Amino acid sequence: MSAFMERLTGRVKLDGVFAIVAPVLAVVFAGLVTSVVLLIAGNSPADAFTTLLDQGSTPRIIVLILNTSAAYYLSAVAVAIGFRMNLFNIGVDGQYRLAALLAAAVGGAGLLPGVLNSLLVVLVAVLVGALWASIAGLLKVTRGVSEVISTIMLNAIATGLTGWLLTADRLGVLSGNAIGTTPIPEDAHAPGWALIPGTPMQVNSFLIVAIIVGVGYAVLLNRTRFGFNLRATGRSEPAAVASGVDVKRMVISAMVISGAVAGLVGMPELLGGSFQYSLNFPAGLGFTGIAIALLGRNNAVGMAVGALLWAFLDSSSNALQILDISKELVDIMKGVIVLSVIIAYELVHRYRTVAAQRRVSRELAAPAEVEGAAV
Amino acid sequence: MGEAAITTAIATDPAVELTGITKRFPGVIANRDVRLSVAKGHIHAIVGENGAGKSTLMKILYGMQRPDEGEIRINGSAVSFHTPGDAIGAGIGMVHQHFMLADNLTVLENVILGSEPRKGGLAIDFGAARKKIRELSDAYGLGVEPDALVEELGVGDRQRVEILKVLYRGARILILDEPTAVLVPHEVDELFDNLRVLVREGLTILFISHKLDEVLKVADAITVIRRGTTVASVEPSGVTARKLAELMVGSELPSPETRESTVTDVVTLEVSGLTMVAPGHGPVPKGTSAEQLKADGVRLLLEDISFTIHKGEVLGIAGVEGNGQAELVEAIMGMRSITAGTISLGGADITAWSTLKRREGGIGFIPEDRHRHGLLLEAPLWENRILGHQTREPNVKGVWIDRAGARKDTQRIVDEYDVRTPGIDVDAAALSGGNQQKLIVGREMSGEPVLLIASHPTRGVDVGAQAAIWDHLRNARAAGLAVLLISADLDELIGLSDSLKVILRGRIVADVDPGAVTPEQLGSAMTGAGEDT
Ligand SMILES: Nc1ncnc2c1ncn2[C@@H]1O[C@H](COP(=O)(O)OP(=O)(O)OP(=O)(O)O)[C@@H](O)[C@H]1O
Ligand SMILES: [Mg+2]
Repeated sequence: MSAFMERLTGRVKLDGVFAIVAPVLAVVFAGLVTSVVLLIAGNSPADAFTTLLDQGSTPRIIVLILNTSAAYYLSAVAVAIGFRMNLFNIGVDGQYRLAALLAAAVGGAGLLPGVLNSLLVVLVAVLVGALWASIAGLLKVTRGVSEVISTIMLNAIATGLTGWLLTADRLGVLSGNAIGTTPIPEDAHAPGWALIPGTPMQVNSFLIVAIIVGVGYAVLLNRTRFGFNLRATGRSEPAAVASGVDVKRMVISAMVISGAVAGLVGMPELLGGSFQYSLNFPAGLGFTGIAIALLGRNNAVGMAVGALLWAFLDSSSNALQILDISKELVDIMKGVIVLSVIIAYELVHRYRTVAAQRRVSRELAAPAEVEGAAV
Repeated sequence: MGEAAITTAIATDPAVELTGITKRFPGVIANRDVRLSVAKGHIHAIVGENGAGKSTLMKILYGMQRPDEGEIRINGSAVSFHTPGDAIGAGIGMVHQHFMLADNLTVLENVILGSEPRKGGLAIDFGAARKKIRELSDAYGLGVEPDALVEELGVGDRQRVEILKVLYRGARILILDEPTAVLVPHEVDELFDNLRVLVREGLTILFISHKLDEVLKVADAITVIRRGTTVASVEPSGVTARKLAELMVGSELPSPETRESTVTDVVTLEVSGLTMVAPGHGPVPKGTSAEQLKADGVRLLLEDISFTIHKGEVLGIAGVEGNGQAELVEAIMGMRSITAGTISLGGADITAWSTLKRREGGIGFIPEDRHRHGLLLEAPLWENRILGHQTREPNVKGVWIDRAGARKDTQRIVDEYDVRTPGIDVDAAALSGGNQQKLIVGREMSGEPVLLIASHPTRGVDVGAQAAIWDHLRNARAAGLAVLLISADLDELIGLSDSLKVILRGRIVADVDPGAVTPEQLGSAMTGAGEDT
């Protein structure tokens, strides 16, 4: 049971081809299930998938996918940092929304010129995310409150708090009958480049930020002392304590880093798309992050693939309406992917054990005389 | 019931018959074509060096692992177990080396956990369960009190609860994996008395042990396993411990004797007035004296403990498990806070230091529970080499993990300490118990520690490896290592220690001269028999 959880959250390695086979199997399986659903609804699966792929390969949608996946990826990394330490930070959602609102307000005030202002916005977001997450860490360390419970509560509080702050006499300004923060001045918008030929749409610079964060995550966890301590704590807390790890400090640090990354989740949208926090600001990215972290087994590359896949499904699903297929079909597909990924990892794990044993027996079958030599 | 049937069966079928059992793991064959026949009503001992495949074989018999090949026959009929539940159904029970009782529940609750008797299909029938436990306890002379809290029981009692738990589920064949490793001699004798009663009542017992004298004392038959296969089945009357050791490893029985003293007059560790209150008393002002606390009716886990260990000295602490040894060790390691007293290392007061700082200061630590405190079971060996040495060479360079350095040093430990493993990339969980222990000892002896806290350093290792670990300890001691040695193995304790103290109910009750004491005398001092003298 607990071994199953460890495999689920990626603390047990699946190496070599298996790391790739498992998620591919899951996606194929999800495709099959979705096909069945489509057939039952009287639609052609072939048409649906072709439409998705066609749409997904248009230049405009490719840019959209890249930009959306940046936010998804950041969210997944934030979740994964906690997962690796057995901390279930369900609160990424509240952390990034609160961070984005406050950062938007600061940015809108235009305290600093140009690029300094964008840096300030990012800094505020990171700090707010880290602070908000640290509450859950502190509660766990001082009062033993499970971070699952406290982050869920903090999400609810963040929702209330953003709603309360986003009113006209506080951080909100009315334009027409929509309310939002003061738009961030144009000179502070994140740069972008029209990298994909065939569309004027720009790839946002936060894609680069996401890549840097991903590399940093992999390096931090696998190559540094801090990362070793974090993983050790996740694997066995008593052993970590005996080895000299200050577990309380690790809990706080992990929550703070997770929250800091969570603070970045809203930035691609804020500095690259909407330039203000309004009621339309995307919500729920924190939960998407959980799904992608599971899909990618907390692995930096795995989560990148997961984020791209998620973004692809989201961005190209509108096209399904041409075929008169509800775009909610894609939601079904995403749900099935997460479920089947869990099953696939389990199957691959079992297959690998059996295969290894077969290999051993084959290798050992030949030199049988070795044992005869003993006494 | 069925008395006649059982008697006739004794003459015909063995209780357990294993033929051609083969089990492979990645990189190793744990069992190869094992044959084993256990007569009904026998105490059958399984011996063999670390990694020989004893635990694996027992886990197969208990349905925890499935054999790749081979046949299991119970009382003459072939069976195939998929889960321990199947084995229990066939009357087989297993007591693992690490007890699996819930501390905060009563004996009764622990025993019925998972097979609660129901009244009318709903409420748990505690009355019936209590009655059955009493009956079993009386019938087999176990002396288990159903309403006692498990956390208040000593190791010997806990083991009896584990045995009772298995009997409660109807076991007629009992597997005990290294049951004596945690027991001191008089507890071992009590356990063996219990086992004799059980076999007299018609049960069959399989047990694993590395202590060959005990094996010869209690077993009716002995099977020796070597490199995964059965190499000999002998009668205890026909062999000596020396002969058994030769059958197992091909080497002679080691002796823990240390001859010339290497004790210097440089103090390495000084502990004075160490006092620790039991949890659940609420806050106690730091520094309150032990007498004051006792007068206030506070229960003390450690009471006014003082001693010094010099450079090159081994100080042994003798005591029945659960008398404060674990607390003492954790206090010195900084894993538990103390109420009063000071600890100093090489003249520096380390009372307020963190565990990390103490380790960096040169304290090595072999924990009593290797799975809980000593290893990351799901991590490869080379990562386990880093554990506890995360801030030191050759594992790290600054804030970075030095993979190459750590791997190279892991290979050194594997070679020097004869850790039997297919490689340093396998997970620690894949090593046999004794080989895990060797890895930990090797790791904690790395980096030239000045003080080694060794709790049962050779627990679960075979006689050959035990001799090697003793040699390593002796050499390090000659080079100036100070050792705090805690062990249930009194020969080891007497043989290795330069001075000996007896701990009882959290107090040091006697100083003993290891040169003059016999294991029997020490054993009775540990139970408090010699407390007044
Ligand atoms: N889960 C596992 N995965 C891989 N290898 C394993 C596993 N369990 C045991 N082994 C290997 O099988 C062999 C036999 O192990 P086993 O635990 O049966 O030894 P043992 O005789 O009980 O030794 P010890 O006296 O040290 O407890 C060892 O080489 C061990 O490394
Ligand atoms: Mg074993």
